[in-house]
Amino acid sequence: MRIETWLNAMKADAEARGLPELAPLLEALAQSTAALRRADWNDAADRPVGDLPAGRRSAEDEASR
Amino acid sequence: MNSQPLRLRTIGDVAPDVASGAVSASALTEACLGRIAERDGDLNAFIAIDADGARAAAQAADGEIAAGRYRGPLHGIPISLKDLIDVAGSPTTAASNVRPRTPAADDAPVVATLRAAGAIVLGKCNLHEFAFGTTSEDSAFGAVHNPHDLARSPGGSSGGSAAAVADGMSYGSIGTDTGGSIRIPSAACGTVGLKPSYGELSCDGIVPLSRTLDHVGPLARSVADAWMLYDAMAGRTPRLPADMPLPDRFRLGVPRPYFLDRVDPEVRRRFDDALARLEQAGVEVTEAEIPHAGDIAVIYLPIVLAEGMAYHAPTLDRRPEDYTAGVRLRLEMGRYVLAEDYVRARRGQEVLHREVAESLTACDALILPTLAIPAPPLGVDAVEVDGHTDSVRGLTLRLTQGFNLSGHPAISLPCGRTPDGLPCAVQLVGRRDRTADLLGIARRVEAAIQDNDDDGGHGGHGGNAGNAASDPAAT
Repeated sequence: MRIETWLNAMKADAEARGLPELAPLLEALAQSTAALRRADWNDAADRPVGDLPAGRRSAEDEASR
Repeated sequence: MNSQPLRLRTIGDVAPDVASGAVSASALTEACLGRIAERDGDLNAFIAIDADGARAAAQAADGEIAAGRYRGPLHGIPISLKDLIDVAGSPTTAASNVRPRTPAADDAPVVATLRAAGAIVLGKCNLHEFAFGTTSEDSAFGAVHNPHDLARSPGGSSGGSAAAVADGMSYGSIGTDTGGSIRIPSAACGTVGLKPSYGELSCDGIVPLSRTLDHVGPLARSVADAWMLYDAMAGRTPRLPADMPLPDRFRLGVPRPYFLDRVDPEVRRRFDDALARLEQAGVEVTEAEIPHAGDIAVIYLPIVLAEGMAYHAPTLDRRPEDYTAGVRLRLEMGRYVLAEDYVRARRGQEVLHREVAESLTACDALILPTLAIPAPPLGVDAVEVDGHTDSVRGLTLRLTQGFNLSGHPAISLPCGRTPDGLPCAVQLVGRRDRTADLLGIARRVEAAIQDNDDDGGHGGHGGNAGNAASDPAAT
């Protein structure tokens, strides 16, 4: 699921359950999840982690470039 | 005999006196109960105190020792337990109104092994509700206060345990650590806290937070005390500090990128001082790197949320109002974690495990600060560090949670204080399944810091990395 679609669904559900104060936490979760999806190990999801090249940059580093 | 108040002596120091009969288990127990009566109104470190049970156990220990049936250095030593851990006959509240107040049927395995070693259970300590927080503020029993400054948090989630050990209410305590919950309060209160390798000590009989990240371990006043408690928890017979295996030489690696990017200036100063002291003592210090360290928080979050939700979903559905507001909201996030992201995070966890293991091929242990900031004021959600405003939760977890993900053993030990008298701490991370080796290195580090910590500087008072606890009430 795309991050934006997911975030909208989460916020709507939280609102419907009477938890509007959850919205900022869900936005932070969406931001964190977007960074997780940018991580380079996802590029080689068909290979064991041990086969990935060592020493690649983190998603946080990539995002800040 | 040691001139310190009885309640502040280390286990390693007092155990020979207990063995010889010079000090009784009953005297140790009364010293702790007296301090609890005197100070727990301020600290709120305990949820339940079993004074009668502790006194009876102490009398039994004194009888056994007098009859020549001494079990070892923990015999007759009063300890406390985080109230997340089952003790037969006592409810396990997890600091929550959600938990039933029915007594646990059995001791958790780690409690049973400690009792078999002769330890006396004084009571159960306050914590951040369900261990899901780093300040010990959100508790059905009220916030825990830092013994060094009552307006500040003791860290968390094992905040009551750390406060009790630092203040002389118990000689050691048992906590749990899912993202830093033993090491963070140890750093904030000036105690030693050990998270062993993942899976090494049984978490049976302990309320879970995140089963792939949960650890159990000791909080103590010295590395040797932590070693004795750890050995007993593992079912081994603890030995006196003089018998502790120590390395002749070792090399430490400093993982500066990410781990030292955002650190309070005074914490950094104490850390740099500690490195200088270690180099003066002949320890080789090199650079280390964990390339994906910047991804630690984004890997950690989906795992802890999804696994936390797996446990809490039924009670969040039925009795949401019984949770404290902050814990309830954070747990609620777990409803929304997608399976695909949980899998990505678990794969990231493997990457981190590999990178930490690789960094430890060039050194014997990593060394870094435990907490990026001194103990934060109670009631504060965000603080400024190096010109950035960050959440207290994010900053307190920043340097510890990576080693819950990787499963490597990690220990926090004091390295002096800020000018305001707040403890600072270094963290050592050892090779997976080599916790005993890490403890040996930690004891050498503790001695090097202590030997050089009498300079009258910030570390002079409370730089008690070694065998002498300081009295927080004196600060």
